[in-house]
Amino acid sequence: MTALPAGPLAGPLAGAVRPAAGGAAPIVEARAIHKHFGALHVLKGVDLAVAERELVFIIGPSGSGKSTLLRCLNRLEEPSSGSVTVEGIDLLDRRTDINKARQRIGMVFQSFNLYPHMTALGNVALALRKVQGKSRAEAEARARAALARVHLEDRAGHYPGQLSGGQQQRVAIARAIALEPRVMLFDEPTSALDPELVGGVLQVMRELREDGMTMVVVSHEMGFARAAADRVVFMADGRIVEQGPPSAIFGAPREERTRAFLGQVERH
Amino acid sequence: MTLDDFLLAFFSLDILREAWPILWQGLQQTLLLSVIVVPLGILGGTILALLSTVEHPLVRWPLMAWVDFFRALPPLVLLIFLYAGLPFAGLEISALGAVAIGFFLNTGAYYGEILRAGIESVPRGQMEAARSTGLGRGQALAHVILPQAVRNVLPDLISNTLEVVKLTSIASVVALPELLFQARQAQSVTYNATPIVAAAVIYFLLLWPVVRLLSRLENRQLAARQ
Repeated sequence: MTALPAGPLAGPLAGAVRPAAGGAAPIVEARAIHKHFGALHVLKGVDLAVAERELVFIIGPSGSGKSTLLRCLNRLEEPSSGSVTVEGIDLLDRRTDINKARQRIGMVFQSFNLYPHMTALGNVALALRKVQGKSRAEAEARARAALARVHLEDRAGHYPGQLSGGQQQRVAIARAIALEPRVMLFDEPTSALDPELVGGVLQVMRELREDGMTMVVVSHEMGFARAAADRVVFMADGRIVEQGPPSAIFGAPREERTRAFLGQVERH
Repeated sequence: MTLDDFLLAFFSLDILREAWPILWQGLQQTLLLSVIVVPLGILGGTILALLSTVEHPLVRWPLMAWVDFFRALPPLVLLIFLYAGLPFAGLEISALGAVAIGFFLNTGAYYGEILRAGIESVPRGQMEAARSTGLGRGQALAHVILPQAVRNVLPDLISNTLEVVKLTSIASVVALPELLFQARQAQSVTYNATPIVAAAVIYFLLLWPVVRLLSRLENRQLAARQ
């Protein structure tokens, strides 16, 4: 385990004390993940370990399996073979209480997936009440605190339909962090947003990182990856092609596939 | 037939006064029946709809056969079979019991199909989001999926409930003294059609507000879609 002090760290300091990638025991460890959808072989033996406080960015062309890999990390997708452990808990073991384990793994979706029949507060409080068994008062207090962390405390009583896409996505982030997860998974969190709304979501993600949250992000936000990621993983055809610090991947990619992909992305 | 004869045969106030206590009992019985069979049908439908979310073939195929069977079987035939057929197998069921079971089976199948369509109208991501926060399948269905499903098919649910209340009149064939049965009694005793007309008016007054509500809901849903 890491020798670092627990608890949130102040913004500018956090970068200085973050351990190097792979230095400590990993929080998330996926080994030899294969995934078949019928005849399609989507993941072809992927290994991924994520250290505490690490921000791993997964990039790659569509159909490369990056979202599927992410969804295997909280077993929304059942790997065909391989193993996934989160804080040492084997997610694929039938004896593991998956609902308990999932509280340690927050997830944010491309399409937000807020519950449209509940207010922002209700969205965030639901699992606090029904999964963690907190009283209504305590759940709502925690939900309000989570909404404050995404700067939406004044929107607690709004329904998703009354919020902009960016605000909805921030409520979705609040819904996940309210459960105090050990790792957050982001599945293309800004892809469904109008360009002017992307900044607010990225800002919240930046603050989460500064607070020391371990994060795995599938996204096309290359600028954010360059600035914030500890490690960039490039995937293609169901495999990890290469990975390394953003300076290496963006500055001097070794593989031809990576160069081709980055070249295409940068032209847009 | 003169106008006076016509009014006397269909709209006689004297006959209505005479038949009213019987009709009133019938109305109460119809309301009681509705209060019993509508929740039973919704209960049956909810069970079927929840089962329909299970993808296992050992659940799917029997479920499909069950729903098809009870939707294809005329409810009147089902009711008479339960009441008059089962005694031949030594199973005596009271008239009310037969009506309750019959409606549970028949209208449950209809409510079930409506609710299933409602559940399928909720985007997949809703279940995934709920499960990702640690909610179990049942919790996610109860708190996230079903409330949205019901809202999406509310006009169909109300429409079906309207049909169910009307269908309680078939209880008359097993001699349950509901509105139609009582009107028939009064008609044969008085030898006059007024009690039947009165029953029709009572049905109309009972259900017309529901029909209006339904129209408004349907219009609103149509407007929301545009």
